[in-house]
Amino acid sequence: MPRTRPPAPPPAGGLSKTSAKPPAGPVRAAARRRWTVRLLGAVSVLTGLALWQLLAALGAGGVPGPGPVAARGAELVADGTLIADALASLRRVLTGFALGTAAAIPVGALMGWYPTARALFEPWVQFFRVIPPLAIIPLAIVLLGIDEAPKITVIFLAAFLSTVVPVFQGVIGVERTLIDAARVLGAGDPTIFVRVVVPATTPFLFAGARIGLGASWSTLVAAELIAAQKGLGYRMQQAQLYYDLETIFVGIVSIGLLGLLMDRLLMAAERRATAWQERRAA
Amino acid sequence: MTATVPAVPAHSPGSPDSPALISFRDTVKHFPGPDGGFTALGGIGLDVAEGEFTAIVGPSGCGKSTLLAIAAGLVEPTSGEVLLDGRPVSGPGPDRGVVFQQYALFPWLTVRANVEFGLRTARVPRAERRRRAQHYIDLVGLADFADALPKTLSGGMKQRCAIARAYAADPRILLMDEPFGALDSLTRSQLQEQLLQTWERERRTVLFVTHDVDEAVFLASRVIVMASRPGRIDRTVEIPLPYPRTRATRLTAEFTALRTELWQAVQRSEPTARPASEATQEN
Repeated sequence: MPRTRPPAPPPAGGLSKTSAKPPAGPVRAAARRRWTVRLLGAVSVLTGLALWQLLAALGAGGVPGPGPVAARGAELVADGTLIADALASLRRVLTGFALGTAAAIPVGALMGWYPTARALFEPWVQFFRVIPPLAIIPLAIVLLGIDEAPKITVIFLAAFLSTVVPVFQGVIGVERTLIDAARVLGAGDPTIFVRVVVPATTPFLFAGARIGLGASWSTLVAAELIAAQKGLGYRMQQAQLYYDLETIFVGIVSIGLLGLLMDRLLMAAERRATAWQERRAA
Repeated sequence: MTATVPAVPAHSPGSPDSPALISFRDTVKHFPGPDGGFTALGGIGLDVAEGEFTAIVGPSGCGKSTLLAIAAGLVEPTSGEVLLDGRPVSGPGPDRGVVFQQYALFPWLTVRANVEFGLRTARVPRAERRRRAQHYIDLVGLADFADALPKTLSGGMKQRCAIARAYAADPRILLMDEPFGALDSLTRSQLQEQLLQTWERERRTVLFVTHDVDEAVFLASRVIVMASRPGRIDRTVEIPLPYPRTRATRLTAEFTALRTELWQAVQRSEPTARPASEATQEN
C-alpha cells in the first residue's frame, strides 16, 4: 500500500494545510490561532444570547429576553440613572482598590524583606485573609455608619488582603544573584530595594492586583445591596422590591461588563510594565 | 615540560616584586551543621599581583566559588581575612567586579542600563555615564544591541553584557565565577579570546574560577589547583605561554603539554571519591 500509492494531489479544500506549510512560520500560526480564539469567543457569546432568547420565549420563570433588557438599559442610560449608578460604584471600588493596593505594596515588601516585619504582620494577614470581607460589613456599618466609609473600608480590606500576599511572596522570591549583582556594583539596601526588588516584584504585584480588583468589585456590589443610596447594587435592590426584572438584568450585565473592562485595562498595564519578562507566547 | 611548582609562596612571574593587589591570609570558611558541619576552605593563603590573570581550578566542592565569594565580600570568612591593597575586605564594593555564571543581568533593564547600573550607584554624571557605558558596550561588541532587553540576547551576548557591566564600574579586580560554564564550546572559546583581548587592553587583574582545564591554560598566567575536604590550594602551575594568545596558541605543542600537566595535577588533587556523609574533618 505505501509503495503503490500515487503521490497525493494537493488537498483541494485546504483543510489539512495547517501542518503542511512550514514557510508559514510561527508568527502566521500565532495570528491564525488568535483569530480562531476570537471567532470561537464570538460564536460562544451569540449562542448564549440565543439560548437566553429561547428561554425567555418559552416563558421560563418570567425571565425577560435580551430585547426588553436592552430597551430598559437604553431608558436608564437616557434618564442618567445608569451612568450615575455606575459612576458611584466605580468611585467606591477605585478608591478602595487604590488605597488597598497602595498599602499592600509597602506592607508586603516589608514582610518579604525583614523577618521581623514578617513575624509581626503575618498572623494578622493570615487571620483576616480567611474572613470573607462581606462578613466585616455589619461591623463596618455599626462602627462607620451607612455613608461611603464602611463600603470603602470593606473594599480596601478585600484589595489589600488579596495583594499583600503575592507582593510578599514576590519579594521573598527575588533571585539571590540579582541582589548579589547589585551589591557588588556598589548598591546599598535602599538602592537594591528601589532598583531591584520593586521591578522584580512587579509581575507578582499585578497578579495580586488583578485578584484584588475582582475581590473589590464583588465586595462592592454586595456592600451596596445592604446599605446604599445609589450604585449598581442599590439599583438592583430597589428593582427587586418592584419585581423589575429588566432593571436587575441591566444591573447584572453592567457589573459584568465593567468588571471585565477594568480587568482588561489592568492586564494591558501589566503587559506594558512586565514586557521584559521571558514568557511563553500568549 | 614545566615542573609543577609546589604551592604556597605564590607570586606572579611577570611582576616578581610588585605587591599583592589581593591576598588571602589563612582564610577559613566553615559551614556549621549536623555532624560538625562542613569546612569549605581550610586556611587559604594566596597573593594575586596587580595586572595578573590567575585561574583557580579544582573538583566541584573544593571551595573555589566560596573563595571568590569571600573576595567579593558576599560571604564572610569564618576566620582569616582577605586584603585588597593591604586593607581588609568587609562586604561587597565597586572596587571588586564580579561576573556570575548565571549572568545575573537585570532583565527589566536594557543592555545599556545594565552596564550603567554601577555608574549610577556611584553617582557618575549622566553624560560621563553614557560615555563610559558606550565604551565598554563597544569593547564587548554589543553596540548594535545597546537598547535591547536581555531576553532578546543569546547566552554568550548576555555574558558579554555582564562583563561590560563589571568593567564599567571600574573595579581594581575582576572576580569571575565560571562565567562561561553555561555556554556551548564554540561560544565559550570565542568569549575566552575576547576576554583576553579586553584584558590585554585594559590590563585589569582577573581572578577566574573554572573547572575547565583548557580554559585555565588558555587564559591564565598562573593556575591555582585546589583540592577538597577541606578546600585548600594543592599546587600552583605557571603557564609561561606568551601573550597575546590567540586561537593558534591552542594548537601549539606547549599548550598541549601544559594542558596535560594541569590535567594530571587536577586528577591528583582529587581524592578517591568518598560519599559526602563519611567526610571527615581533617584539621
